[in-house]
Amino acid sequence: MRYYDKLIFELSRPGRSAFSLPSEAGSFKPTSGSIWRETPLDLPEVSEPDVVRHYTNLSQMNFGVDTGFYPLGSCTMKYNPKINEEIVSQFNGIHPLQPASTTEGVKAVYDFMDKALAEITGMKHFTFLPCAGAHGELTGLMLIREYHMSRGDSARTKIIVPDSAHGTNPASAAVCGLDVVVVKSRPDGLVDVEDLKPLLGPDIAGIMMTNPNTLGLFERDIKEIAELVHGCGGLLYYDGANMNPLLGVVRPGDMGFDVMHLNLHKTFSTPHGGGGPGSGPVGVSERLVHLLDKPRVSGFHGNFGVILRACAYILSLGRENIKLAGRLSTLAANYIKESLKDSFKLPIESVCKHEFVFDGLREAGEVTTLDVAKRLLDYGFHAPTIYFPLLFHQALMIEPTETESLQTLDEFIDVMHTIAKEASATPDLLKTAPHNTPIGRPDETTAARQPVLKYSRQ
Amino acid sequence: MGTFAYFPHTEEDIRVMLERVGVASMDELYADVPAEFIHKGEYDLPSAKSEDEVRAWFESLSSKNIKLKVFAGGGAYDHYTPSVIPYITSRSEFLTAYTPYQCEISQGTLRYIFEWQTMICNLTGLDVANASMYDGPTAAAEAMRMCVACTRKRKTVVASSALLPNVLATLRTYARYSGINLVETWDVTEAVAEGTLDLAGVIVPSINRFGIIENHTGLAGLVHEMGGLLVEYCDPSALAVVKTPAEWGADIAVGDGQSLGIPLCYGGPYVGFMACRNEWMRKLPGRIVGQTADASGRRAFVLTLQAREQHIRREKATSNICSNESLMALWCTVYLSIMGPEGMRRLNGLCYELSHYLHDQLLATGKFTDPFEGRPFLKEFALQPQCDTARLQQVLLDAGFFGALGTEEGYVTFCATERRTREEIDALVKVVKEAEL
Repeated sequence: MRYYDKLIFELSRPGRSAFSLPSEAGSFKPTSGSIWRETPLDLPEVSEPDVVRHYTNLSQMNFGVDTGFYPLGSCTMKYNPKINEEIVSQFNGIHPLQPASTTEGVKAVYDFMDKALAEITGMKHFTFLPCAGAHGELTGLMLIREYHMSRGDSARTKIIVPDSAHGTNPASAAVCGLDVVVVKSRPDGLVDVEDLKPLLGPDIAGIMMTNPNTLGLFERDIKEIAELVHGCGGLLYYDGANMNPLLGVVRPGDMGFDVMHLNLHKTFSTPHGGGGPGSGPVGVSERLVHLLDKPRVSGFHGNFGVILRACAYILSLGRENIKLAGRLSTLAANYIKESLKDSFKLPIESVCKHEFVFDGLREAGEVTTLDVAKRLLDYGFHAPTIYFPLLFHQALMIEPTETESLQTLDEFIDVMHTIAKEASATPDLLKTAPHNTPIGRPDETTAARQPVLKYSRQ
Repeated sequence: MGTFAYFPHTEEDIRVMLERVGVASMDELYADVPAEFIHKGEYDLPSAKSEDEVRAWFESLSSKNIKLKVFAGGGAYDHYTPSVIPYITSRSEFLTAYTPYQCEISQGTLRYIFEWQTMICNLTGLDVANASMYDGPTAAAEAMRMCVACTRKRKTVVASSALLPNVLATLRTYARYSGINLVETWDVTEAVAEGTLDLAGVIVPSINRFGIIENHTGLAGLVHEMGGLLVEYCDPSALAVVKTPAEWGADIAVGDGQSLGIPLCYGGPYVGFMACRNEWMRKLPGRIVGQTADASGRRAFVLTLQAREQHIRREKATSNICSNESLMALWCTVYLSIMGPEGMRRLNGLCYELSHYLHDQLLATGKFTDPFEGRPFLKEFALQPQCDTARLQQVLLDAGFFGALGTEEGYVTFCATERRTREEIDALVKVVKEAEL
């Protein structure tokens, strides 16, 4: 990666252009001033080669799955197959409001995905409107509220969320008008069923869980939890962010979950795009099917282009390989955990699923988890998820996927051991890392205190 | 093992890994899962397909869709996509990157988001923009929530009935579950002027669902007098020529970036945008990129003001949004770089000329009247058909055209972008003229 310091606006020269329009254009003159723009429009004036070279240079300061390994907990950064990209353009020209008689092929894709995801998760049907995981959570919670309201059960305004939950869980609950009640984890990292019991009552809409949880541990009391929550009249929401280890092994519907979302950009291999577009389809059990179309949460039909890619992934895997995906991801995570626990603190000794959490270095000295993460960048790896979950001060959350080879895992393990040695021998090397990246650690305090959020011409 | 393209594991690799972990089989890693929950038997899914079989599967389905000449808008517009854009956005360094939390290896993503924020500010005239929202309708819903957050305990948001149907539907959904009193009205000024509402904000379309460019003179002053915020829902492509949200005095601007060269793709992925005045900056939802420097003084970009976000504030965050539509923001950023100010002016000029030509030719068939005669429009307009709407739509479909979107008032809307030609318009008009309607 090479530092490149331009912004597209800085390449601009008056009179340059890169657009290509029919030559007829241009005689339009606004008729009266009152509804037309008065401020001159400041956009870059650049040529086509300028644009291509600029964005190519920008791209070369970026790390992606095609560049290297992301041991990124709760993010499931698996390989993004290229055939998935290829097929999308066949559907580009279809207007979202075209009548059904002209979109039978589109409908067949949605029908296939509804059936396939229902089969994989044990839910009854899916809505594809949500555009990301958190959007799916919000939609799922709306369905839970709708379910209670439709039964005249209007007092259920609280939702239970474990202290280890993804940050989006409580945030989605708040957007949905629900009050968050936190249930604690036991020392073994699982939801404390004894802490849960007194929280249950006629004001509980349900519980949000991810299973395995963010420590990568399977909530083995799930059957009892489901009985307890259902017993008080609540519903169970499954946060699908951690679905990958269960892919082809366990179905959330079978565990008693009533509503769930999937992150197609995690479990189903669609590219993360530097932060989207994703897709967060929401599945429901039989008793909520009639409410599925009620929350109108996005403009048209969801992120169809992403759904197409996930569809290609399911077709490529087929029933044979889907059974291996989750198992191989779990094997990889346990392999890393066992290989590194001599150098890093493992707060909970247990078989994990797709991810696990270290609580920093065994011999940390002055070196923090942030320093370890930044040093990893020097060695050509993305950093793990850090300082999450909040249960441990120096949390370092590692998730490989089934698409990483044993060689890659071994290289990562070797580097992590090297970093552990550096932490004792040359701690300053870590505290000032990274050294081999386009920029060093930036001044984030100034960025927040004196925000510069757009380019201004000198 | 070793027989599927995406799984690199040989049998020997698996043996080595199992040994290190100390288990005999992969199934043993699930020993803590109650046996009744382990799925037994085969999944009811097709057998694995080769790449060519996957290709053929999609080809057979896409051939069942009917490609039409698009003369419809309704929130999704058939603008041209410069060839550079898919070339750039398919670069794997952009496409396969994660959210740019590790800024030292994400300067590419962070820089284009900073450019996008700048372009959205320049289009809307407002001070600060975020990294993107899911789409226009959800951006409007977030703006509605933001009005409530900025005005503290006020709970009423007035929305114009002339907003797009999918925007109104999304607003209704978000309002329903978050305790917001959403008031829909044709006469926003009247509703606000009464002064009886605990007004948090007002949402109006810059260009409404009949294609009319609205005149919001005096509206911002009135809304502010009543203690609320003004939100403009805009078509960003049209903002190159129509009055900006800042010029109308708005506090927040939202809309859908689809009109900036994103393919129709049956409705997504698109991208929402959101901008506001400086004073509301810390209430903005979503990610924001800021400029700073590293220790050696090199210009650097980071995600900033994160104390607003879900991963820090959990239930107290300004929104639950996490993943947004970053790659589509790149799409629009490259588009606006390609188009430049002159390209955007010329493009809107073409839309204006072609849509007015279509409008006049359709009226000349005698099969429509103009319910909004003399009102200004840019690329989309509404007519009152003097015939059965369903029959009109079918006649157009049979001839390969998609137009005449019905509205609940019984009008039909048409749209002509720069991708339509006068020849295509003549052909559509001929079909209408000659059909027995």
